[in-house]
Amino acid sequence: MHRDLVIIGGGPAGLAAAIKAREEGIDDILVIERDIELGGILKQCIHNGFGLHIFGEQLTGPEYAQKFIDKLLELGIEYKCDTMVLNITDNKKVTAVNTKDGVIEIQAKAIILSMGCRERPRGALNIPGSRPAGIFTAGTAQRFVNMEGYKIGEKIVILGSGDIGLIMARRLTLEGSQVKMVLEIMPYSSGLKRNIMQCLDDFGIPLLLNHTVVKIHGKERVGGVTIAKVDANRKPIPETFRYVECDTLLLSVGLIPENELSKNAGIVLDKVTGGPRVNESMETSVEGIFACGNVVQVHDLVDNVTKESYLAGLGAAKYIKGTAGNGGREIETYGRNGVRYVVPQKIRLDDMGDEVNLFLRVDNIYKDVYLSVSDGGKTIYKVKKRIVAPGEMESVRLKKDSILNMENDKLFVELIR
Amino acid sequence: MEKKNLICINCPMGCRIEVTEEGGKLKVTGNSCKRGELYAISEITNPVRIVTTSLFVNDGVHPTVSVKTSREIPKKMIFKCMEKLSAITVDAPVKIGDVIVKDILNTGADIVATRNVDLRFAI
Repeated sequence: MHRDLVIIGGGPAGLAAAIKAREEGIDDILVIERDIELGGILKQCIHNGFGLHIFGEQLTGPEYAQKFIDKLLELGIEYKCDTMVLNITDNKKVTAVNTKDGVIEIQAKAIILSMGCRERPRGALNIPGSRPAGIFTAGTAQRFVNMEGYKIGEKIVILGSGDIGLIMARRLTLEGSQVKMVLEIMPYSSGLKRNIMQCLDDFGIPLLLNHTVVKIHGKERVGGVTIAKVDANRKPIPETFRYVECDTLLLSVGLIPENELSKNAGIVLDKVTGGPRVNESMETSVEGIFACGNVVQVHDLVDNVTKESYLAGLGAAKYIKGTAGNGGREIETYGRNGVRYVVPQKIRLDDMGDEVNLFLRVDNIYKDVYLSVSDGGKTIYKVKKRIVAPGEMESVRLKKDSILNMENDKLFVELIR
Repeated sequence: MEKKNLICINCPMGCRIEVTEEGGKLKVTGNSCKRGELYAISEITNPVRIVTTSLFVNDGVHPTVSVKTSREIPKKMIFKCMEKLSAITVDAPVKIGDVIVKDILNTGADIVATRNVDLRFAI
């Protein structure tokens, strides 16, 4: 089978990329989704607050997804659900399997990776103790409760204050469970402020900063956890050990871009983001393979995923039509002095439009700092920030003119006091 | 009313706001902009929230349908609203925007479906 464009993943990233590519004149598109329906993780995010930037209104996850699904159907873009991609190669051959077609091989002209991310599980945390039932990642619990209609437990402790954990604290409280506490090992929450207010404070759920779970108890089912305060090096302080009775432990301890397929294709991954290194068009290190959404970097707002995915759709369309530029001068981006990473990692001047949007995350909470972009010497952009936090992605919009006059091919994004 | 502490949610600043009452008037401190003051006053005088949940579906391709209140309802009615909804099941098919309950608890808000659930065909 041949296709101009194969998109792997039918969540918000894949849908937006497909729509953009079609609007740019690519007819022969196939979206492959492993779930039985399109929409991705948004389908289980039944709370509202999505779409403020793109649509100017507060939508729930399923509503946001449906807007893009409807558009995809209207444009007649082909998709296969319940289909799992097993492999992709660097010459853009996709191997997938489902119960109807069996194993299928598709030779694509271009591929867009939009597989999203997965949750860090218990095994990644090395919490000692037994292995009873009742330990969930927050997202799995979300799917069980919101989509399958199960009650997952009565007395719940949540480890990690990521947004999904906070949202689930509220959700489980509404469903009649008792959420005893949310523990966060860092001195600050990695969740959005509005979620701390509306998910914890609204219901009187305590958030214990500098705390973690040091042991899980229980044989058949979780019976409780031992929690502890941690010191400045995040080591548990023995004198603070305390037993908390619960039947369920939820883990909301971070997300990791899902790049098993990318690795098979030899795509270069960024050590900090865990996602492919991409250029201004969201193209990976393998020509003609693009990436967008949480597979590239974990976003906190789906609106930003959509914008980034339009770029990937546009980039793939240009590549297929042969109208992409020849690259020209290439500039690498680097984060330093408090900036953990910058996406895209590379900007090709011939291919960029009039401006480029740099996304970045900082490594701590900083107040009253300047976010600066320079070529190492000359500052080409500077903005004052009253506060920056690891939980909130920052972005910088750079005009092409400002980059053209750079003296070298390195662009540093950093915080200055 | 004694004093109340809030964290403003309007922007990433997350100002710690304190609200006190002085001679029948609310006094807001700690905010760094006007939006913070407005937020604090509405939070103290009439806190409202959108409520979202999911309901069981009969004969649907999925076991549940997600729903929301069509507008914000008073915060103190959230649990009453949930209790009312726990007794409700919906028949498939359901379309986004379908009104499941009209004017729940006389709040003026309807309960509307936020996703489509098709009918499951008997095999």
